Formats: sequence, C-alpha cells, structure tokens
Amino acid sequence: MPAHRAPLLRPRPRSEDEAPHHKDVSRRKFLGYIIAAPTLVVAAEIGRQSLFDAGSAFGAPNASAAAIPSPPQPAELYEFVDSYRDACRPTNGLLKVVVERDGTVSFALPRSDNGQGIMTSFAMIIAEEMGIEPEQVNVTLADARPELVFNQLTGGSSATYSIYSPVRVAAAIAKGALLDAAAAQLGQDKRTLQTAGLTVVDTAGRALPFGELAEKAASPVTKAVEVVLKEKNDFTILGKSRGKDDARAMVTGKKQFTMDIQVPDALHTVICRAPDLNGFPNGTPANIDEVRGMPGVEAVEMIGNGIAVGARTTGQAFDAVNALQVDWAPGTLAGKSDADVVSELRAAELPLAVPSVVGTTLEQSFVHHARNGSALETNCAIVDFKDGKAEVWAPAKSPIAGQKIVAQKLGIPMNAVTFHVVPGGGSFGRRLFNDHVQEASEAAKAFGRPVKLMWDRANDCRQGRVKPLCTTRIRAVVTKDAVASFELRYTGTNMEVDEGFAEMITSQAIKAPGGNLGISEAFWNISVTTPYNFGVNTAVMNEVESGFNTGSTRNVYGPDTCTAREVMVDRIADQLGKDPYEFRAEFIKNARLKKVLDRAAEEADWGKSMEPGTAQGIAVHQEYKAAMACVVELDCRPETVNRKVRSGRTGPRVTKVTFVVDPGLLLNPLGYEAQMMGGINDGIGWALTGGLHLKDGHFVEASWDNFFYTRQWNTPPEMNIVVVDDSDFPDPGGAGEAGVPATMAAVVCAWRKATGKEPEYTPLLHEEPFPEGFTEYPTSPPIPESPTDGLEYTYG
Amino acid sequence: MPTHTFTLNGEQVSVDVEDDVRLLWVIRDVLGVTGPKYGCGINVCKACTSHYNGKAFNPCSVPVSAIGPEDEITTIEGLADGDTLHPMQQAWIEHDVAQCGYCQPGQIMAAVAKVNQVKAEGRELDDDAFSEIRNICRCGTYQRIREAAKAGAENM
Repeated sequence: MPAHRAPLLRPRPRSEDEAPHHKDVSRRKFLGYIIAAPTLVVAAEIGRQSLFDAGSAFGAPNASAAAIPSPPQPAELYEFVDSYRDACRPTNGLLKVVVERDGTVSFALPRSDNGQGIMTSFAMIIAEEMGIEPEQVNVTLADARPELVFNQLTGGSSATYSIYSPVRVAAAIAKGALLDAAAAQLGQDKRTLQTAGLTVVDTAGRALPFGELAEKAASPVTKAVEVVLKEKNDFTILGKSRGKDDARAMVTGKKQFTMDIQVPDALHTVICRAPDLNGFPNGTPANIDEVRGMPGVEAVEMIGNGIAVGARTTGQAFDAVNALQVDWAPGTLAGKSDADVVSELRAAELPLAVPSVVGTTLEQSFVHHARNGSALETNCAIVDFKDGKAEVWAPAKSPIAGQKIVAQKLGIPMNAVTFHVVPGGGSFGRRLFNDHVQEASEAAKAFGRPVKLMWDRANDCRQGRVKPLCTTRIRAVVTKDAVASFELRYTGTNMEVDEGFAEMITSQAIKAPGGNLGISEAFWNISVTTPYNFGVNTAVMNEVESGFNTGSTRNVYGPDTCTAREVMVDRIADQLGKDPYEFRAEFIKNARLKKVLDRAAEEADWGKSMEPGTAQGIAVHQEYKAAMACVVELDCRPETVNRKVRSGRTGPRVTKVTFVVDPGLLLNPLGYEAQMMGGINDGIGWALTGGLHLKDGHFVEASWDNFFYTRQWNTPPEMNIVVVDDSDFPDPGGAGEAGVPATMAAVVCAWRKATGKEPEYTPLLHEEPFPEGFTEYPTSPPIPESPTDGLEYTYG
Repeated sequence: MPTHTFTLNGEQVSVDVEDDVRLLWVIRDVLGVTGPKYGCGINVCKACTSHYNGKAFNPCSVPVSAIGPEDEITTIEGLADGDTLHPMQQAWIEHDVAQCGYCQPGQIMAAVAKVNQVKAEGRELDDDAFSEIRNICRCGTYQRIREAAKAGAENM
C-alpha cells in the first residue's frame, strides 16, 4: 500500500524537558483511507491506540514532605473524555474531509455547536493540516448519521478531544493526495510542491487549483494511507486567536436558529402543560372545540405530554394554550417542596466509612439546590412529515437517538427521517435530550401539517430539565501537619441521561478502572477526583429516584463536589494554621495544577490587604484534561449587598476574578477564553444567586427575572483570564464546562472568609426573601400573559 | 381582520392581523424577519430588543395596534447602513462577543440605545450604566459585551 509523508515537515528533535510520560502523538504514523468516490474523500481511522494511553494527564507528582500520599483515583488516569474518545474510535473512519469538484474543502462535523465555536476550531484544524486558510474550509453540522453509532454525541466537553486527531489525519491525507495528483500532472517531485490557497503550487509558481485535482486525487477503490501529522512547532493557524466564522451573521441577525427557518405551511406550535411538574391531562379539555375557533388557531390536539396548539403566530398559540380548560392529574412531585426532597436525600445518604484514626475530625454538609438548565433559545424542533417521510430540524446533541424517536413516533423507518442538526442558542446540557423532538413528531402526526414547536419560557423553566438537587458531605481527619483521610459523599436526585448517551457510557464503562457500574456511577468514577495528597481518600455517590426532569447542565458533578472539597480544604488550612494558598500548594498532587495555582495567586496578588467585609477566595479543579485555578474578590459589605435593581437579585458582588487554566494543547485562544468567561459567570451564579425553589409540586421560577442567573449587575467588573499556552499535555482538553467548578468554589470560600459564617447550602442567597418586585407567576394558566405596556419602558 | 401599517427597517409594511397580537410575532411569524428573538415574552430577558423611533423597546410586550403608520421599527437587520456595519456591530465582531449569538441582536440594539442615553444624559458608560442593561446572556459573555460597547461607543 502506498505510504507517504507530507512534505516540508521536519522531525522535531525531542527536547530534554519534554514530559516523558506523555506520548508524542504528533510523530506517530496514523492510518487513514482515501475512500472510493468520484472526488477526493478522505477518512481517518485511529483504532490502534491502546486504551488508557492517556497516562496521567496532570504531570509529575508535586513533592511535599508532610503530605500523606493518596493513591491514584480512576479519573486521574482515565476520564470521561477518554471514555468517549474510545467509544468513537471504531467509527472515526466514517468522518470525511471532502475536496469538492469546485475546489472547496468541506467537512460535516458530527457534533452540535451551541456557541462553543467548534465549527470555527475544526475549520482551523483542517486548514492547518492542509496548508490552506480556515475560511476556505466549509464546516457544517452533519445530519444524523446512525452508522456513526456513538460518534455523534456532544457532551461532557468532549467534542474536540474526541476527534481532533482523526480529523487532522483525514485532512493530512487529503493534502497528500492532492500533492500526489499535482506531482503526476506537473511531472515534478512531490516534495517540491505545497498548498497555497486552494491550489497546489510548484517552485516555479505554477498553480493547479484543487478543483482540477479533486477528481484526479480521488480513488476508484478505497485504499489505506499512512500519514505523519504536522508538528506543533510548525503550526501557523492553531494556537492563534480567531473570531467565530459566523460572527458577522450573528451581529446582523442573519444567523438562523431552528425557529428562524422558514418551512412552508408550518404551524407555530406550543404545548399546554400541567401546573404540577410532570402532571398530565385527565381527558380532553372541555372547551377544545371553542379554542379551535380562536383567532389564528388552526389545530388543537392531544399529545403525550399535554395538548398541542398550532396557530398562525406563536402569540396566538400562547393565548389558546391559556384558554384551554383542562382537568390535570397530579405530577410526580405533587404536594412536595424542597425540604421534603432534602429529607429524602438525607435518609439515603451513605455512611462515612473510614475507621477513625488519630487526629482532629472535621465534618461538613451542604445542600446544593437544583438549577435551571434553560438555554436562552427554549427547547424547539421542526418536523415536516409527509408521504411517509420526515424532515427534522433541531439543535440536537444526540441526533441519532432523536432520529430514532421521530421514526418511532411517526411509524416510519429510520432511514425515512432526515434529521438536520441546527446550531443552537446555547445548550448547557439541555440539548442532549430529544423531548421536544418527540413532541414535535407527535404534533406533526396529529395535525397533518408541518410543525414548528417551541416551548414557552415558563415551562422551559418549570418543566424542563434541571441540574439535580443534591447533598455533599465531607469528613476529614487532620493530624498535626497533614490530612490522614478525606471522605466525600454525594447524594443526589437521579441524573437522567439521554438514550444515545446512556448506550455510549454503558458500552465503555466496562473499560474504565473499576468498570461495570451503573451509568451515573460510571460517570462519577471517571469525572470526580480529589487532587490532593490527603491520605485515605474516598469519593462515593448514590442517587435517589425523584420525579424531577434532570440533566447535566454544564458540568455534571464538578461544581458542587469541587465547592464542597475546596471549602473543606480552607477549613483544614485554618485548622493547621496555614494560608489557603500555601496549604494547597503544599498538598496538591500534581505539577500541572500546582503551576496554575501559583500563577493565579501571583496574578491576583493573593493575600493582599482587603477591606473588612470583603475577601479573596481561592480554589482549584482538574477535569477534561485541563487544570484550573481561580481567585475571586468578593464584596459582602451592606452598601453592596443591598443595592437595588428592579426585581433583580443583587447581594454580595464578585468584584474581580482571576482565572488561570492549563487547557492542554490550545487551539484558539480567543475561543477558549470565551468558554472560560461563560463558565466563570455560571460559577458565580451557582455560588450566589441561581437556585430553584420547589413549592407544592412545581418550581416557583418561571422566567429570567425569577431564576437568578448572573446578570450585568452581578458580573465582575474585572476579569483576568490567563490561558496557559505552553502546556505539557499534547491534546486539546475540554473547554465548555471547565470554567465553572473552581469559580463556584472560590466564591463560596471568599464568602466564608468575608462573613465568618460556615456555608450550609448553595446558592448562598437561596433562603433570602425574593427581591422587591419579584413576580411569582401562576401555574394556571400555564403561560404568563405578555404585557401590553412595552412602550412605557423605552430608552435611548 | 384589521390591517396595520408601519415602517420596518426603512420599508413601509402592511399586515392583516388581529390587534392584540404582540409586535414580536407580527415581525417574526407574519413578516418573517427573525433577528429579534423570543426569550420570555414578558419583557424581562430582552432578547427581542429592537428600536421604536430610535429608542430601545421590546416588541414582545407591545400589541401591534399600538404601532401607527408614522412609527419606525428597526430590528437588528436594519441597523447596518447597507453593507456598512454599524460601529456597534463592528465592535461586536472585533471583540468576538457572541458565543451562541441568540441574545446578541438584542444586546447590540440595547447597547446602541444605552450609549445614546448616557451621552444625552452626560453620563459615563461605566459599571452603573452597564448594570442598567437587563439583557440576559446565558452564555455569560458580559465582559466582552462591556468591552465591545465601549469600543462601539467611541465610533458612534
């Protein structure tokens, strides 16, 4: 079989200080295929790497005289992102970089972009290997491709880590094939040719367009090709900041989200839902025919989760939903409130198990309240069903499972369903589920019309998936100069996972250390670590069936367990009479985390004099092959806490954030920093303001002035994000969730220091009265009526 | 069914729709202009922020009957001057503000109005001014919104 090396590449001498535990992935040969096709189509197969090849992503141990070493925990060696990367290996050969007859390069990315910027970064990855410009690569989101099996899921910050290498391999082989074709045509040695723009040029400046070469480079039979990838030192695109490819479309209103897509004859469809969480209708509404005659209303039909209303405008569908007279059956949490659920969790908590040893025992317990998982774009999907075929548009992170659901609901084969993945308006875990795709399918069938289904905000908040209510407990035994044992227990309302995701984890969990666990427990084992040398170190979880609709919501177990851990670390430091930063520096297990901690302390001027009522807080976290450290300054003085914003939650204000992250290989600094910024603003919200109140079987919160996600008046005026660009770790770590945990933890640590109180729950303001002007919207009718006085609030 | 006439992004439009339908749905669902986004329908998230005779407002909370033939409605689609972007749009691109982009049409329209407001009132575009902007960004792009708004203001 013909093997070739891409020209103009120099083997990089191995430097002395290169971390020996990291395999130098870039110098290995990779195998890929030129696929039998009329134009050049290249696929990568990277199926030969052994499992557990990640080694320790976190570098050499951090030496400390006093610390009692803790043995390795599974997630230090093999994380969720490794598990997912392994699940993708068998089908990486189906990922195709295509050079079209017109010379353009295209790649249908089998992932979902909801603002992470992965369409831009994959264009950069392909352009880098092919020696062209990112804007010359047309990256789209792939339609659902069931043959990809597990390789079309987006979650757990795995998108880039999982297929970075296979996509590079495909791009490198494409370039090689174009050079081969050009060499034959020009009668030149391939090694003298290179790509420039969408052409291959020789030393005399002759240029052959890709379009002329695409068919010549194609192969009538699929053939295997070996390739060597570009060295990091030769990168000209990766590692340099690049704005989003759709930036102009986003600022001009031209970017199309699902509900912006025009489908002829489609009905704007909204579901009438129960007052209770997961309540359902007892029979047909008494006035259904009357509602069918309301202005603009064209269809009203019963479907699984309620009553679907289709109208000429969404507003008229809202009005019709509110007019329906429905007898509702109670929901899954009928009559219950937060306190009832917390009692159930307390009853289910696992014992702290380590036998007592000599030392001082510190114990701590937190309740972490449920959090709203709503993105700004509510759940939505379009289903157009006619002549036994369906076309679907949705911002889906598990589109293969979605395609299957559509087929089942419509009673047609899966291959009769074309499922388009549309860029989403935020996700934060929500779009892993296909609840709304199912409803749109049911409504399309019932109406006999194409359906543009959109959840209203109130129900997106109240009935949509939330981050589970949970408790954390920690017991630490502290000797005179070290930690002898550290026990973490997590007890949560059960974390639900989408069918596609569940199958993937089930398929892989057996491979993880200590494998063959339930889905949640498997995920826990490969995502939660205590990165300190704290002697006997245990971290155990259990979950309770609860009746909530749950999902991961930007970082599954990380934020709450990190917060519990870091607060306890501060308490241990207090006990030992040590500074929180210096204590961490001494007991942290590994070099990467130590490095970001030191840098954060330095950047933030840790330990500087602070006014009474204000304090710094510091915390670290490792996950997604990244290492993070955060220092915040928090102002808890009355003049700050009592600021008035109309119907807004103020309270303590984070005035400055210093966040240092070692991301592994850094692909797009501007994009990576943006992901940290978003995660930091989430972490601040989860620490201070953003929690759901369950009351009498439903959530109180029904809008953005009810659920207190971080707003302009909460966000820090100063934010210093440092993204380390010389990481030892050779692969790109996950970004989407990495900003959240250390920030949440640092804020809670700062609050403890500023107020002198021991925190017992998050968010810290959860038990405060709702702010002046807070509107508690009724649960019936289900949708708050739109005001009519908007012109009284103009400004400018 | 009543007919409503007004100016949308510089062009006069007439639509036949019931009086009480909120302007957001007339713009989006009847006229097919989709820059303004739905985020709450009750004037709290501000994702639909557009301009009413040059001032920021939220069409989710205005019945179409409240808009007259002399009124000019500008959505994000009408902010640029042909192919020449408004300085605020240009600043948004230069600061790579948008992540998912869903709230950003409203953020930009709000920023333009806020800059006009503070200039008219002789105030600074400072933390207090930004704290008056109620537009939520669930991606958490607030710091870049602030940087871009300041840069855009300099060129307005």
